[in-house]
Amino acid sequence: MSDKKIIETIDLRRDFIVGDETVRALKGINFSVKEGEFVTIMGTSGSGKSTLLNILGCLDTPTSGEYLLDGIPVKNMHRNERAFLRNRKIGFVFQSYNLLPKTTALENVELPLIYNSTVTAKERRERAEQALISVGLKDRMYHKSNQMSGGQMQRVAIARALVNNPVIILADEATGNLDTRTSFEILCLFQDLQKQGKTIAFVTHNPELEFYSGRSIILKDGHVTDDRVNNEIRLAAETLANMPKEED
Amino acid sequence: MGNLGSLFKIAIRALLNNKTRSLLTMFGIIIGVASVITMLAIGEGSKKSIQSTIEGMGSNMITIFPSSGKMGGVHQGGSTMQTLRIEDYEAVKKKCEFISDISPLVNASGQAIYGSNNTPTSMYGVTADYLNVTKYKLKSGKLFTDRDVRCNAKVCVIGQTVVDNLFTNNENPIGQYIRFKSIPFQVIGVLEEKGEGTMGNDQDDIIFAPYTSVQKRILAITHINRIVASAISDNDTDSAIAQISEIIREKHDLQGGEENDFNVRSQKEMLSMMSTTMDTLTILLACVAGISLFIGGVGIMNIMYVSVTERTKEIGLRMSIGARGRDIMLQFLIESVLLCVTGGILGIILGFTATWALSSLSGWPTLISSSSVALSFFVSTLTGIFFGWSPARKAARLDPIEALRYE
Repeated sequence: MSDKKIIETIDLRRDFIVGDETVRALKGINFSVKEGEFVTIMGTSGSGKSTLLNILGCLDTPTSGEYLLDGIPVKNMHRNERAFLRNRKIGFVFQSYNLLPKTTALENVELPLIYNSTVTAKERRERAEQALISVGLKDRMYHKSNQMSGGQMQRVAIARALVNNPVIILADEATGNLDTRTSFEILCLFQDLQKQGKTIAFVTHNPELEFYSGRSIILKDGHVTDDRVNNEIRLAAETLANMPKEED
Repeated sequence: MGNLGSLFKIAIRALLNNKTRSLLTMFGIIIGVASVITMLAIGEGSKKSIQSTIEGMGSNMITIFPSSGKMGGVHQGGSTMQTLRIEDYEAVKKKCEFISDISPLVNASGQAIYGSNNTPTSMYGVTADYLNVTKYKLKSGKLFTDRDVRCNAKVCVIGQTVVDNLFTNNENPIGQYIRFKSIPFQVIGVLEEKGEGTMGNDQDDIIFAPYTSVQKRILAITHINRIVASAISDNDTDSAIAQISEIIREKHDLQGGEENDFNVRSQKEMLSMMSTTMDTLTILLACVAGISLFIGGVGIMNIMYVSVTERTKEIGLRMSIGARGRDIMLQFLIESVLLCVTGGILGIILGFTATWALSSLSGWPTLISSSSVALSFFVSTLTGIFFGWSPARKAARLDPIEALRYE
């Protein structure tokens, strides 16, 4: 693990104006994520984790404070600049996969590179194939999204998040729609990616998942209430092996 | 800027994913463009055919006819006025120096009878000059002479249609007697075929006789219906018209402020008048067609709004992976333009088919100009941009967070 900070937040605040009231969703968040870390960000609903994720993903900007992504200050960036940043530096994995319907896995994975004019059509295809191979879907490249299982769809989504070589993968409840076994398979994939040097921020409300990451940030009422390092990381692959075989 | 080729691919896929809907939406544009093409083809075709027939009649022809006016306090249409007299004809013939041929005209319609055959036709009472003015030619026999005119001779020259209708046994009409309104006329000549006239009338369904005979023996009138003349050359037409007006005004004793009780028109004026009328008609037809194109466009707009709403989540995803507002905008614009252009092309094909069917079924003259095809294509592309703009902008302005959360 290097000392390079991928994510750094400085007194991050985000207020929403609802009617006459000001709702303060984030009340001064300070933390940083170094290159190669696997961090779980946990909190119950209403804790501000969605707001934080939106800001970390450059979909939203803080009301005050600063957010540095790979050393770049985001706060005062224009919409289009943030779109560029998302395209080059961030890989999103969503709870509901968000694949394009009736579209092959390969084309879904190619999507981020379509918005990058420096990548040629040929290179785009090669990189998408590579990303699909790395998530174990070598045989499913030409399957359409509606012909795949939830686990396979999430793997396509992860491949899509990898294809632009992002500095960080932001996963939003990435196992939320999957059954336990498939969840651990996906978790296993994330752990593998971390081993390959990827930086991962995994947002979840499932407390069990913190045992599988190296660090947990706990969010409550817009504050970071705990930021703890986990020295006994469980391997998702082992958990998977110990699971009782499903009866068909 | 996203890769344009990929955006096209995305748009095509989006349209193919909803084949039925795309086709139904395009239908408005198809009908719109097809009707623009067809209507313009009809308008242009009629204009062209009128122009060519009028030009065939000689563009230096001048017609003098009574204008509508009052007779005993009662307003009358021009055709019932009796203000034009043979003296007017004689005065113009004597004094006007810009005309080469001139003839009075009285016309009567009725049955022409020969043996057991009869046919409805028109008899024009004229002088022999009339054939020069209107470019009729004699096929066989001879024309009536000035002497025939002077003594109200019962002789006539007949057109091919009359020959076909009356002389069914292939006999030679020359020298035979036909009866028109009970008066026997000897056929002394047959005209060469001239074909259809300006209004699609048969110009060969005609009998020419000395005007004096028609005036006195058939109609029992003293006035004449028209005077036709031809100017020496095209350039003399305007001077001829001016001079003729002067002569007849003098003859009719019209004072300075009084309006003419007659009209003098040249074929050229007729031509431009007809063209103007046809242009108006063409514009009218094009407007009707344009309205249906507009409605087609509204249909496109409607479906594009539906499409944007349906695909809110997709838009959110695209934005989250780096699509800028203008990439999204371009994607939806390409989609609506593609819809319209495809509809436009199908519409052009349908327009060609409809035009062809129309002209072969009804015999209407039609003309598809390349400019009307280009116009249709251009307009349908423009329709796509115009009506796709607002839905595309709506898509581009979506907030990615909201869009991703949309269910």
